Amino acid sequence: MSNEVVNHDHHDAHADGHAHHDTGPMKVFGFWIYILSDLILFASLFATFAVLHNSYAGNVTGKDIFELPYVAVETAALLLSSITYGFAIIGMYKGSKAQVIGWLMVTFVFGAVFIGMEINEFHHLIVEGHGPDKSAFLSAFFTLVGTHGLHVTSGLIWMATMIALISKNGITPANKTRLLCLSLFWHFLDVVWICVFTIVYLLGVM
Amino acid sequence: MEHGHHEHHAETSHSSYKSYFIGFVLSVILTAIPFGLVMLKTFSTEITILCVLVAAAVQVIVHLHYFLHMDRSPEQRETVLSFVFTAIILAIIIGGSMWIMANLSHYTMIMGN
Repeated sequence: MSNEVVNHDHHDAHADGHAHHDTGPMKVFGFWIYILSDLILFASLFATFAVLHNSYAGNVTGKDIFELPYVAVETAALLLSSITYGFAIIGMYKGSKAQVIGWLMVTFVFGAVFIGMEINEFHHLIVEGHGPDKSAFLSAFFTLVGTHGLHVTSGLIWMATMIALISKNGITPANKTRLLCLSLFWHFLDVVWICVFTIVYLLGVM
Repeated sequence: MEHGHHEHHAETSHSSYKSYFIGFVLSVILTAIPFGLVMLKTFSTEITILCVLVAAAVQVIVHLHYFLHMDRSPEQRETVLSFVFTAIILAIIIGGSMWIMANLSHYTMIMGN
């Protein structure tokens, strides 16, 4: 970064001026700190699940209720949404409003598919009598996976807001900062999902 | 990091289609392997569990590097350091809870008998 600093101080001293102090990167870093604290929330839920994953109380085990092909499709939807969000960020750096909005919409669709599938899974379990009130294992499962799902839902609401904001105001510095924060949030949710499908689903059916 | 402009250049240098594609392909492979191993039951349970956990750990690193752009560059130092700190806290919370609760359940069982 040191070389860039020197170059840009020469080129941009007059264009941008030192009067304009960009707080964008600091905000993104602040948001990163929030994400790390959110990770600690997930760590507590993972710890709870790890402690309670054998407490079936006579109800179903992971082997009985988890369908790996279904989880594989959910995983694919979330992974695809990660790369399409990346394309939106590339569009942002290119300054292409159409590319940002287009890829955000594609990302939104993949995220919505993921959430739709998860709600469907939860609905099936509850209808068949395996709701979160039936055993400690099911409570821990619904809380962990449900908290991740709530995060993805918040991300979708935020994404819809960004699509509206960018359509209205274009790629302004404020919108760039927001897109970078949402980028961290979205990729972070994919990282948490890797741990969920590994610990809960893959190890759960073994 | 004070200026929007060099942040911009620093970001574009690693926010390319190529790096996202590499990350994506690696993630697909690292997802397909554990799912395949568990579904096909090729190996013993112990080896499968080990492979599944290693694949997940590697995939987390792939995501951190290719999607969250963490690397060894100076402008990423605070990001990486804060993450490492959090990882230690996570290990204490998860490992500590499992340790304490396993002990507790062990001793409770003796008393129950």
